[in-house]
Amino acid sequence: MDLLEHFGKRLLHDAGIPTPSGTTAVTSEECAVAAAQFGPNVVIKAQIPAGKRGKSGGIRFASSPKEARTEAGQLLGSVIADFKVEELLVEQSVDIARELYAAVLNDPVSKGPLLVFSTDGGMDIEEVSKSHPEKVLRAPIDIRLGLDGTAAVKLLDGTDLTDEQRGSVADVLVRMYDVYRTVDAELVEVNPLVLTSQDAVIALDAKISLDPGAGPRHTELMQGWVAKLPDTATDLERQARELGLNTLIEFDGSVGVLANGAGLTMTTLDAVNHYGGKPANFLEIGGDAYTKATPALGLVLSNPRVRSLVVNFCGAFARTDVMTEGVVNAIEELRPSIPIFFSIHGTGEEEAIRLVRDRLQIEPYDLMDDAVKAAVAATEEMV
Amino acid sequence: MLVTGKENVLVQGLTGQQGSFWAARMAEVGTKIVAGASPGRGGQEVDGVPVYNNVAEAAQQHDLDATVLFVPAMVAKSAALEAVHAGVKKIVLLAEHVPYQDTMEILAEAKDAGAQVLGPNTAGLVVPGVSSLGIMPGFAKNIFRPGRIGVVSRSGSLGTLICLNLVSAGYGQSAFIGIGGDPILGTTTIEAVRELDNHEGTDAVVLVGEIGGGMEEDAAEYVASMTKPVVSFIAGRSAPPETRMGHAGAIVTGDKGSGASKVKALTEAGATVVDVPSQIREALRSAGVEA
Repeated sequence: MDLLEHFGKRLLHDAGIPTPSGTTAVTSEECAVAAAQFGPNVVIKAQIPAGKRGKSGGIRFASSPKEARTEAGQLLGSVIADFKVEELLVEQSVDIARELYAAVLNDPVSKGPLLVFSTDGGMDIEEVSKSHPEKVLRAPIDIRLGLDGTAAVKLLDGTDLTDEQRGSVADVLVRMYDVYRTVDAELVEVNPLVLTSQDAVIALDAKISLDPGAGPRHTELMQGWVAKLPDTATDLERQARELGLNTLIEFDGSVGVLANGAGLTMTTLDAVNHYGGKPANFLEIGGDAYTKATPALGLVLSNPRVRSLVVNFCGAFARTDVMTEGVVNAIEELRPSIPIFFSIHGTGEEEAIRLVRDRLQIEPYDLMDDAVKAAVAATEEMV
Repeated sequence: MLVTGKENVLVQGLTGQQGSFWAARMAEVGTKIVAGASPGRGGQEVDGVPVYNNVAEAAQQHDLDATVLFVPAMVAKSAALEAVHAGVKKIVLLAEHVPYQDTMEILAEAKDAGAQVLGPNTAGLVVPGVSSLGIMPGFAKNIFRPGRIGVVSRSGSLGTLICLNLVSAGYGQSAFIGIGGDPILGTTTIEAVRELDNHEGTDAVVLVGEIGGGMEEDAAEYVASMTKPVVSFIAGRSAPPETRMGHAGAIVTGDKGSGASKVKALTEAGATVVDVPSQIREALRSAGVEA
């Protein structure tokens, strides 16, 4: 769950990390007023939860309120990387002597926090990391001990920073780590972390992703600060979210798919593709959502492109009898005219298969492949 | 993590609806459940199994070898640490949505204590006919039967489908290791594959992966050194590519993560990568693995 830059910067600022002076603006006029306050030279940044804004035109420069108004007028309402720009961050421009890169993130390999640092920060950091991996420092941190100033300075030993610069950069790294821990972030990234010609260190950007699992510990952050969905989300996807089914993704195919668990659902889509069909959606009702089979099926069927449906359940924790009862209820209520093909295995399968036979007079397939093939064939017959 | 069936198993959260339901399913397979732990429920019994207030109390009365946690995500850390500090060496953490930094703390403590952790967000471990620790249908004869194929899977539901395909094809499993779907895991793909490679009862490994992360690519480096055949299925190869925030993910995992990257790494390491799970049968046959 990604925070918009200005929220991320507020967290950094509150933790004592210097950020540029500035404010947000939602109209061109507000932007001009902000430029008068913080200018004359300002940077105007689209507040969207997407990376590479610089390369996609989401960051503009202005040297007067008038220019700021013009730039804001172009940015506001435009769509960048699937997000409609509705808010801008207007900041005093900073005299950049050097661009550094710093991040703290969850590392699957060391199974703990990882500090990543480079003196070659900026837009091309990914290329630097590929072509000169030695220029990117990576330091696993023991989460029980954390990161202190001495350790942070030591990390910077091999860099060409001056002693004074090392001290101030290390201080920012320690504070970034504190933010990472305090808000249960998955990622705290500052790129660039700027050194000015006066050797001040300033966080010019902030990318902070929060761990949704830790949401109950950070209700305020989660409710107010988490960035919104892409504006390209379809009506069906929006309806699904309202029902608490966050995983629905709509595609342009005609085979409706309902399965449990992300792994099995992806596999069902792979099988639809493999056997020459095109899936209409991704929707999984595994985990705690396995009781939501009725509304889930309603959503899949409300897609007018759907010409056949595969229901593929493999119960482990998710009980197939509970899911199947939900599906059978939905089918009896909605009376869909399209053919439906089942494959059901695992926890609760005997009861689940009996439900499908008795109430729908449908015989489930033993192999997922056969159910998928039949569903694909059914869409072809109807063309 | 593997089990022999001789382990004394604790169930944390035994008095809950899921805990008691799955304890009975695990016992059907042969799992020796000796105790339960639920705060404030000490002194109760569930199906004849004594319940204690916490792991330390249970450990005073029983030699505990393993624990399965049916506890909510937000208390998983304290419950798992109880088990680590009571000296339990095999910990199966089922809960989904455990805060990642809580997982990291658990894993750091477990490592120092010499305990193995499976999960979080795992469906658990099954050694057919011997023991089941978790929420896999280890009791279902059409899905699990004793045999010599080791299965590693991130997903429980997909793992179930794979195991069903194996049994339909005449094969059985030496073990099913569900490693879990979280990015930070106690047992990673490479660690589970290594365990099966070193396991005498395993003739071949079926590696079930998913797009995202770099665990399958990391495992491929080990697969290259194996003599046992490896067959793999990677779920999500037809899914649209995921967008990432920031550069850090790309810096840390490089180009890993896509279905194509995983298939390439595993194929180059000598594994047979199949397009749908039903092809695993043919792939095992071609590799000379008899049912």
